[in-house]
Amino acid sequence: MQERLSQSERGPAGDSGRGHHRVLLGAAAGVGKTYRMLLEGRQASSLGMDVVIGYLEPHDRPDTIALAAGLEQVPPRPVEEAGARPEMDADAVVRRAPELALVDELAHTNARGSRNRKRYEDIGEVLTAGIDVISTVNIQHLESLNDLVFELTGVRVRETFPDRILDEADEVVLVDLTPEELRDRIGAGKVYPPERVQAALQNFFRTENLQSLRQLALREVAEDVEARRTPQGPAGDMNPLIRQALRERILVLVEASPRSQRLLRRAWRSGQRLGADIDALWVHPPGQSLDEDGRVAVAALRRLAVLLGVHFLEDEDRDPVQAVARTVADRRSTYVFLSRPQEGRLHRLLGRSRLEALLDALPGVDVRICADAVDRPGEQR
Amino acid sequence: MRVPWRAPRAATTRRVLVAFAAGELDPVVLRAALRIARAEEATLVSAYLIVVPLDHPLDSPMVDEVGEALPILEAIERVGHRSGVPVDARMERGRSLRDALTRLWTEERFDRIVLPASTGGHSGFGERDLAWALTHAPTEMLVLRPAPEAAP
Repeated sequence: MQERLSQSERGPAGDSGRGHHRVLLGAAAGVGKTYRMLLEGRQASSLGMDVVIGYLEPHDRPDTIALAAGLEQVPPRPVEEAGARPEMDADAVVRRAPELALVDELAHTNARGSRNRKRYEDIGEVLTAGIDVISTVNIQHLESLNDLVFELTGVRVRETFPDRILDEADEVVLVDLTPEELRDRIGAGKVYPPERVQAALQNFFRTENLQSLRQLALREVAEDVEARRTPQGPAGDMNPLIRQALRERILVLVEASPRSQRLLRRAWRSGQRLGADIDALWVHPPGQSLDEDGRVAVAALRRLAVLLGVHFLEDEDRDPVQAVARTVADRRSTYVFLSRPQEGRLHRLLGRSRLEALLDALPGVDVRICADAVDRPGEQR
Repeated sequence: MRVPWRAPRAATTRRVLVAFAAGELDPVVLRAALRIARAEEATLVSAYLIVVPLDHPLDSPMVDEVGEALPILEAIERVGHRSGVPVDARMERGRSLRDALTRLWTEERFDRIVLPASTGGHSGFGERDLAWALTHAPTEMLVLRPAPEAAP
């Protein structure tokens, strides 16, 4: 169920006696992060290490509670805020001075009146005291992904943590579960109480949401592996096959039109965020002769592609969908960008047919239809 | 599935080029260029010129410069759209501003070229580049020199 994908190659506890921080990263609640944290704590304890639970969110899950039994728990700190649950007591953990502290939910926001606003700051104090920490967090809390998570899931996550926390961690370990397995666990009542199961499955825990979040988590850990292996740069010496398997490759379908400039620029921005290589494909019928506007547009696209570091591809085919499918297979594209079909009844009909045919021809490939920013309601004349 | 292709359109669109170097295009110049393009029922080609240093191959990807250019070009497109003027944005590279301009007007036809002058606190081309452009531009050229009192 759980797969370890990342391990720091920087060795144990960093400089100046600071504790070693191992982050268990998951795509969503219920994948088994807390369980894994407790399991690792028990294993360390059985090997003679002094282990305490610094903070545990048991979520009333019987398996979790059972696994925590027998591990010493530093009592949480009561808070003044009405209705708020007790918080991690960083001072007490530091005074107790174990070798390893287990701390759940590093993105948590502490109750008002706490010395530290966020739990990762409490964890920082424990690490500074030379205590090793295993902590847990879900990918949707990562600050830089906030907009993307909102775009993908429609849920705006309020509790975030800065990316530097993962950058500074000694190890980032992915706790992975397929969307189907997670939904099965939720359906079986292993994650939420029965009255919340249906709402969870129909809302946040929809398969497509979980797939997107899992993809983000996989990518984050892959980038972490790559960054640690290649401190000089992102390309590095990672096995090309692994890199290809983990990375996105974008294919942008351009036309002999100025709006393809905007599409290519937009795809390039996404490519920058994803660390993806980008190809631009212009398909035209054999022997097609362009008018001056068309020739200018294609020439300008080629020049833009050079500036952006995009591979410009040209293909002749009467059936553009077939040409695209061929290129996707050849280039192993994972993500196709195209412009929204143009206005007008005839174009709409053709556009729909073309889109449907394209989607049918590209199973397993993400397709993004980009609206023109200038067409947004707020941009109307 | 076969999808019919659109027949090529006649190429009759007039094209007004407004070129600018790194940094924002002066809004005074942009408004003037839009007025000209609207009056001539032309497409405004806004071109961000990127100078590629000599220690880089000319066809190097220019990631940082492109990152700076994109929001500016997109802002110009939005302003153009609100003004009813079609905008076709460009980034053009060269070893110098003059080289980038030459590449641009060699590749594309323009009916009018608008260059901003760097005077009165406004960003734009220096007098030598303007003098060069006036003698080398393949078509009618307009140098915009905003009045000192015009807000940049």
